[in-house]
Amino acid sequence: MDVILFGAFPYVALVIFLVGTIFRYKTGFKYSSLSSQLLEGKKLYSASVPFHLGILVVFLAHLVGFLFPSFYTSFGGMSLVYLEVAGLIFGFLALVGLVFLFIRRITNDRVQMVTNKMDLAIEILLIAQFAIGLLVAIELKWGSGWYASNMAPYLWSLFAGSPDVVAMAAMPFLLKLHVVLAFAIIFLIPFSRLVHFLVVPLHYITRPFQVVRWNWDRKTIRDPKTSFDDIQRPKNN
Amino acid sequence: MDVRSQMSMVFHLDKCLGCHTCTVACKNIWTDRKGAEYMWFNNVETKPGTGYPTKWENQDIYKGGWERSNSGDISLKGAGKMKGLLNIFHNPNLPVIDDYYEPFTYKYLDLTESAQMDIQPTARPVSLITGKPIDIKMGPNWDDDLSGTPEHARKDPNLHNLSATEQEAMFQLEQIAFYYLPRICNHCLNPACVASCPSGAIYKRGEDGVVLIDQNVCRAWRMCVTACPYKKTYYNWSTGKSEKCLLCFPRIESGLAPACMHSCVGRIRYLGVLLYDADKIQSAASASDNSLVDNHLDIYLDPFDPAVIQAAKDNGVADSTIKAAQESPVYKFVKEWKIALPLHAEFRTLPNLFYVPPMLPVMATISENSKDLSTLNSKARAWDDKWLYDTSIDEIFGSIDNMRMPLKYMANLFSNGDEPMMADKLKKLMAVRIYRRHVTVGDISEAKCKAALKDCGLDLASAEAIYQMTSLAKFDERFVIPAAHREQSIEMLESTADVKGSTGFGFLDKPARGI
Ligand code: SF4
Ligand code: SF4
Repeated sequence: MDVILFGAFPYVALVIFLVGTIFRYKTGFKYSSLSSQLLEGKKLYSASVPFHLGILVVFLAHLVGFLFPSFYTSFGGMSLVYLEVAGLIFGFLALVGLVFLFIRRITNDRVQMVTNKMDLAIEILLIAQFAIGLLVAIELKWGSGWYASNMAPYLWSLFAGSPDVVAMAAMPFLLKLHVVLAFAIIFLIPFSRLVHFLVVPLHYITRPFQVVRWNWDRKTIRDPKTSFDDIQRPKNN
Repeated sequence: MDVRSQMSMVFHLDKCLGCHTCTVACKNIWTDRKGAEYMWFNNVETKPGTGYPTKWENQDIYKGGWERSNSGDISLKGAGKMKGLLNIFHNPNLPVIDDYYEPFTYKYLDLTESAQMDIQPTARPVSLITGKPIDIKMGPNWDDDLSGTPEHARKDPNLHNLSATEQEAMFQLEQIAFYYLPRICNHCLNPACVASCPSGAIYKRGEDGVVLIDQNVCRAWRMCVTACPYKKTYYNWSTGKSEKCLLCFPRIESGLAPACMHSCVGRIRYLGVLLYDADKIQSAASASDNSLVDNHLDIYLDPFDPAVIQAAKDNGVADSTIKAAQESPVYKFVKEWKIALPLHAEFRTLPNLFYVPPMLPVMATISENSKDLSTLNSKARAWDDKWLYDTSIDEIFGSIDNMRMPLKYMANLFSNGDEPMMADKLKKLMAVRIYRRHVTVGDISEAKCKAALKDCGLDLASAEAIYQMTSLAKFDERFVIPAAHREQSIEMLESTADVKGSTGFGFLDKPARGI
């Protein structure tokens, strides 16, 4: 069982994620964050903002622990307490936001009209994942430290192609559940609205404000020296 | 000089009947779909009134458009790089559906399918979003013809700087006078919608300046809805994509007028090319408040100037486009006769839709408040029931200065508060009327007619031209649309049969909602 869950499933999830998101991206039209703010704006504020803020920080914290484990193991004493408390706060923010989002989604008539099964599934999974994550953090203290020292090596072993199933099998049950759920969510990303986190529009920061698109290069198209063979198809065709 | 061509428009407000034919034509073609029911790419508002969405002109509420800092730079009021990205999880300035109205239909089937009863069946209104019965509180045109005036007309944002007495005078007038303001996307030169889109999905087409939303790139960050001060981008709650007026570009490309313009019963609409200097956009959009309109109109170039023609050719503007620019009715209204103005220049998006202001409210002088009854002609005096208009044109220019629809109100809409500029346009329109009265009725002497024209910088020939273009212009004079040349390029490149169905408008995939 452990071999399937921690040896094979992560690869399945990652491959599906990679292939699926690329395919999804190419379909274009269906790629959207599918905001429902137009239908309901007020409740969304107290739900969406804490959720996104929380998940952003928690996600980055996991990423840092994975990429630079030594960063976390360097914490100790009071600074470790601060780190843990900060983690808990953002985790709670995300969880509370998620619960609000879920309640809004199932109670508001209008939002229900733009809700599908996947939206609900994803929200429930995320709620479970955050609840378990918080439990792990509270029950098994100083998680940031041993995430860096124990989990990061497992994740690295995954990417190295020889998953350290034995190490994972020795982990507490809650933690195993957390890991399995994590890969389940990764698996579902291409099939859900979660894809929108992959297109965070950071390029906006460096882009000039105005965007002009030309169907053809306006100078070459009218230049008598341009031969027909040089002209590209119009860009919108 | 970076010469480009822009499809631009003039709406002659004096001619608008408020029939909404334009609105219906547009609706039937573009927004008769799920998620788009509440969108009206074209809508016709009654002024004074709050419009659609309610009070859209009040940017303290909606935070649309650009604002100028003391240092002279402009930035987006409610969106932009910092504000936009920070508010991406929840946009505090986004109107919700109730600011427009909840789209509805009636359960017509109940009328025919209900079981036999003692009472007559009714067709209850149901929401087009939830399908459940609703109480209709608001519609897209609830304040049409000044209905519900206390709720709507009195809350018109353009009244903000009018004194209580001026407002009161207007509200007396409102029992008899109002005008219509048809609105579509202005396909601006400095579009706030484009600038606000984090994904870069909105763009201005280089060839003709039409502003479009790339449906495949839109990710529902919904910043454009906030940023457009005219509220002419809409969020489709079903597909999760924003949509806006596309100036019927598939029609324009094949030489047809946009549906709203083609169907316009009052023939108030004109469409044509303006050549403009793209290098001047930045400085014009950030001009100081009192020179904003002048700077805006200064961007447009004289299509007969050989230097402009040469620069246009060097820039790849087609000869047919230059020719269309020379025949453009818009150029005549805006630059030659100078009787059309942009709506709300203070939003600084440099709109390309210009309005010829309406005369109807201007001519009005209600006898009750006119102290000197002798200014009324004998007929008017005989019919005087305290609410009669003074239609004698002897003191016509006088009546512009102390007209009842305050000049200030009109200036708030069309000349960024500049009353002399507004009066100047109205004088010209009045002078053309005097000229026509001279020609058709003959009770005004030629000398007086010439004096009136000269006073506002017109002559007999231009007055005649304005009259012709206003009253008699045929389809091809009102809509001067250059060829898009797309068809040629396709033919040059490949067998047209191979690409049949692949040019023009249309989705390559079915536009279904994402999962
Ligand atoms: S009117 Fe609004 S939607 Fe149209 S181009 Fe201007 S800013 Fe964009
Ligand atoms: S069709 Fe023409 S006349 Fe009728 S409401 Fe529209 S703009 Fe006015």
